[in-house]
Amino acid sequence: MLQIAIVVIIGGLAYGAVYNAALNLSRAHIASGFGFWNNTAGFDISQTLIAYSASTSSFGRAFWVGLLNTLLVAGVGIVLATIAGFVIGIARLSHNWLVARLAGGYVELVRNVPLLLQLLFWYNAVLKSLPLLRGSMALPGGAILNNRGLFLPQPVFAANFSTVVLALVVGIAGAIGLNVWARWRRERTGADPHILWPALASIFGLPLIAFAVAGFPLHFSLPQMGRFNVNGGVEVLPEFAALALALSVYTAAFIAEVVRAGVLAVSHGQTEAAQALGLRSGQTLRLVVLPQAMRVIVPPLTSQYLNLIKNSSLAVVIGYPDLVQVFAGTVLNITGQAVEVIALTMAVYLAISLFTSVVMNLYARATVIAER
Amino acid sequence: MKRLATAFALATALALGTQAAPADTLATVKQRGELICGANGTLAGFGMPDPQGNWTGFDVDFCRAIAAAIFNDPQKVKFVPLTAKDRFTALQSGEIDVLSRNTTWTLSRDTSLGLDFPAITYFDGQGFMVRKALKVSSALELNDASVCVQQGTTSELNLADYFRSNHMSLKTVTFATGEEALKAYESGRCDSYTTDSSGLYGERQELSEPSQHIVLPEIISKEPLSPVVRQGDNQWTDIVRWTHFVMIDAEELGINKGNVDAKLKSDDPETRRLLGVEGQYGEALGLTNDWAYRIIKHIGNYGESFERNIGQGSPLKIVRGLNALWTKGGLQYGPPVR
Amino acid sequence: MSAISDQAYLRVLPAQKLPPPAERTGIFNWLRENLLSSPTNIVLTFLCILLFAWAVPPLIRFFLIDAVWSGTDRDACLASPAQMHPGACWAFVRVWVSYFVYGFYPLAERWRVDLFFVALTLGIVWLARLSTPRRDLGALYFFVGLPILSFILLHGAPLIGLPVVPTSLWGGILVTVVVATIGMVFSLPLGILLALGRNSEMPVMKLAAVGFIEFVRGVPLITVLFMASVMLPLFVPEQFAPDKLVRALIGVALFASAYMAEVVRGGLAAVPRGQYEAARALGLTYWRMMGLVILPQALRVTLPNIVNTFIGLFKDTTLVFVVGVFDFLRTVEAARADPKWTTPNTTVTGYAFAALFYFVCCYGMSRYARSVEAHLTRAGRR
Repeated sequence: MLQIAIVVIIGGLAYGAVYNAALNLSRAHIASGFGFWNNTAGFDISQTLIAYSASTSSFGRAFWVGLLNTLLVAGVGIVLATIAGFVIGIARLSHNWLVARLAGGYVELVRNVPLLLQLLFWYNAVLKSLPLLRGSMALPGGAILNNRGLFLPQPVFAANFSTVVLALVVGIAGAIGLNVWARWRRERTGADPHILWPALASIFGLPLIAFAVAGFPLHFSLPQMGRFNVNGGVEVLPEFAALALALSVYTAAFIAEVVRAGVLAVSHGQTEAAQALGLRSGQTLRLVVLPQAMRVIVPPLTSQYLNLIKNSSLAVVIGYPDLVQVFAGTVLNITGQAVEVIALTMAVYLAISLFTSVVMNLYARATVIAER
Repeated sequence: MKRLATAFALATALALGTQAAPADTLATVKQRGELICGANGTLAGFGMPDPQGNWTGFDVDFCRAIAAAIFNDPQKVKFVPLTAKDRFTALQSGEIDVLSRNTTWTLSRDTSLGLDFPAITYFDGQGFMVRKALKVSSALELNDASVCVQQGTTSELNLADYFRSNHMSLKTVTFATGEEALKAYESGRCDSYTTDSSGLYGERQELSEPSQHIVLPEIISKEPLSPVVRQGDNQWTDIVRWTHFVMIDAEELGINKGNVDAKLKSDDPETRRLLGVEGQYGEALGLTNDWAYRIIKHIGNYGESFERNIGQGSPLKIVRGLNALWTKGGLQYGPPVR
Repeated sequence: MSAISDQAYLRVLPAQKLPPPAERTGIFNWLRENLLSSPTNIVLTFLCILLFAWAVPPLIRFFLIDAVWSGTDRDACLASPAQMHPGACWAFVRVWVSYFVYGFYPLAERWRVDLFFVALTLGIVWLARLSTPRRDLGALYFFVGLPILSFILLHGAPLIGLPVVPTSLWGGILVTVVVATIGMVFSLPLGILLALGRNSEMPVMKLAAVGFIEFVRGVPLITVLFMASVMLPLFVPEQFAPDKLVRALIGVALFASAYMAEVVRGGLAAVPRGQYEAARALGLTYWRMMGLVILPQALRVTLPNIVNTFIGLFKDTTLVFVVGVFDFLRTVEAARADPKWTTPNTTVTGYAFAALFYFVCCYGMSRYARSVEAHLTRAGRR
């Protein structure tokens, strides 16, 4: 009975909302539907990973450009935040009083200041203080740095560069093989063969040899100072740098807490047992503590990753062309079709979240402790 | 259970039982006792509050003129600062009665947003501002330049068109607000800042060294700025449209704030009709017959508002140009009151 | 006999405590233990000291020693022969501070805002101190009385002689606090309802609650705010369209309630099953069981998490910026664009001031959460 009532209430509210929306939209003569998807966009985007031009590309294309930009900044942010987060989290547990305090101070400071403020700080206070175009810094290797961005030499690949890639793949496969062999050896005999150098040689040496054999099929096109701008090269926008920096600095503090909690969750007996077996402290951490801690760490870590992806939508404030800025900003403004644009934007984030949850559940199921 | 049933009835009533009648904006405004006007909020000369919260500007005066016509009191208007991004939504949703915020009239906005553009209050065009130190004297020298622009404006679209049609390349940097775009320009993130040239003059005053920046001569687009109202309320559209026209007509007839009382006794038929001494023209709009008198008494004619806010009497010093009366070589032309 | 009893062979008084062995005490030992215990540690300590020496003195010089504390325009904060390298421009903050606190709230009416801050502080202290009497009355005051009182105070009621101050004039810390408080006041009850719905045995209820919670938690706050500000007016009949601040408030409250629901659910899970069964055995109805037995325990256990969610909410209030509401951060952004105060240090000073405000508020709350946690652990040990 109660359930039926709830169904009716929710249904009634939904119907009312849709009814009112339709009424308001039709009264306002606002177009509806996704008819705008293939219309020419007509506006420029400052960073495009796929070919895009204001005069020929459609709104749909702009959507993909925005989505890819979101994924790019989120990907870079996740990698940096994970590295920094693990280092700081472990530093907080250090026996060195100063190191632990320093890491603790970092976590407290960063977690208690809003991300938006940090983002504005990095963008307006740090990157804007870089030299102007006229006083650009020339970095070693032909890179140029100014407040328009960082301009790196762009690699140009010759046709036979594929041999180098092939050699790299073979090298990585070799390193993995070495690792498997070393583990097999260790489990059989207890001896721990040193494979670091052979593995590195396999990963880096093989491609280098291939590179030389193929006749150095790679050169760099250097960025050039133009009349107004730096031309050529790979351009790292200051908006991108500020966003990636702010996201990783902020999220690293949360990841550090997750890592700390995870390591603390591993019972101290495990560490003592490892030491009793004669493992060095680095080995204890790497072989005993972290593998067990990971089981505790991974679920909250994933939700931090999701937070980072969602937080990347703050791009809209500093003008980095992510999904929200391009699609829920410019496209919404030109077409005026709020319902369709916002719904699609939300659907994208929702899809990312749901996909990650599914993967997480699979992981959790795979790593569940086998009950004896 | 009973309580639940009541709640349910209430919810459905809320959801279904409220089919709004087509809004009668004038009646709503009269009943509320004040006009709600969407304005810029950050554009000196056009619409900006001072730290005490008093709004001034050319677009602001237009709203005050409407309020004067309705209430005989130019203070009975509340200003809502809007960004370019949320201005149409605010109007569509009924949050404001009229939008007077340097908005360009285009065909697609007129047809697809459910809005109407009653009259062109300012003939504008998009221009470029650059640093003097750059030693650029024409927009055609801007090949390869980066340009800061506000997101979601016609400026953003015109910019791409202009560079393409002149076979120049361009780096656009877009920002959610004009303020952010201008700040980015000032910090050297871009070589040039583009928006309507009226805006350029206004915003140049907000830079720390206004004299170090120049507005280039090229006007790359037609930007007829108009107030905006919701489509479908013809009476309200007429009121907004004729508020502008009577201010033009008054200027043409030489009626201003200072002499409007004397002009009541004039025997010129056009003046008498305009000021409501003869005819029932105000009532035809749903207002009183002295509505135009009220506008001129409180706000002045078009020329007065122009000079006071953005012309020679202001720091902006914009020349009348296209906005001079048609009798003086401009485009401002008011249909007759008869 | 008495002669013997004088010579007790069991000591009555405890022996005098000996000091710990020398190698366990003293500053040098502390240093050796904590900073210099191994070569790696020595290197790390050295690096940390270098980092401090590199970062801290310039910061102190910039923000305190070389800072400019008073002045009327930017000339005070620009380099001059008297001050070659001026530091932070606190004069700018001093000139603008009333705007940071009140926004455009009319000067004559600002006492109402002050009164609101006092009333709010009273409510927070009443609720937050676990030892204050009649905290149930406090809750009533905070969740019912305070919202009504602050609406009358801030918005105005012409009937009792308080002129209406439209929300477009509100700004600064006032808006930040209003958004955070309203978010809190509405998200907690909503969150509790959602958590109960999620734990419910009725599939429809469960589905609706899970759907809402997962949806809101899956999307960024910015899009929720966009939705509230752009789409909400379309979903309700035209004449009910709420104003900009109210739409932002609705967005924030809905967003926070989904997170609150998960926190409350955690608390519910921590209540032992026996409590439910005992309450049922006493013949309590569902709502009485929840209201009298389960929720008081669940909320108490999860109080630290509720405070942590509130810290997140407080930081998230900065995002109302993107839908054009003038919160504290937005007023700082607006002020730093003031051409009268354009100096190289204005931006950094403005941000430092904002960071200080948020840090003090959030850090205070997190200390509070930790002290409650410690209190609960002690109480739990009994």
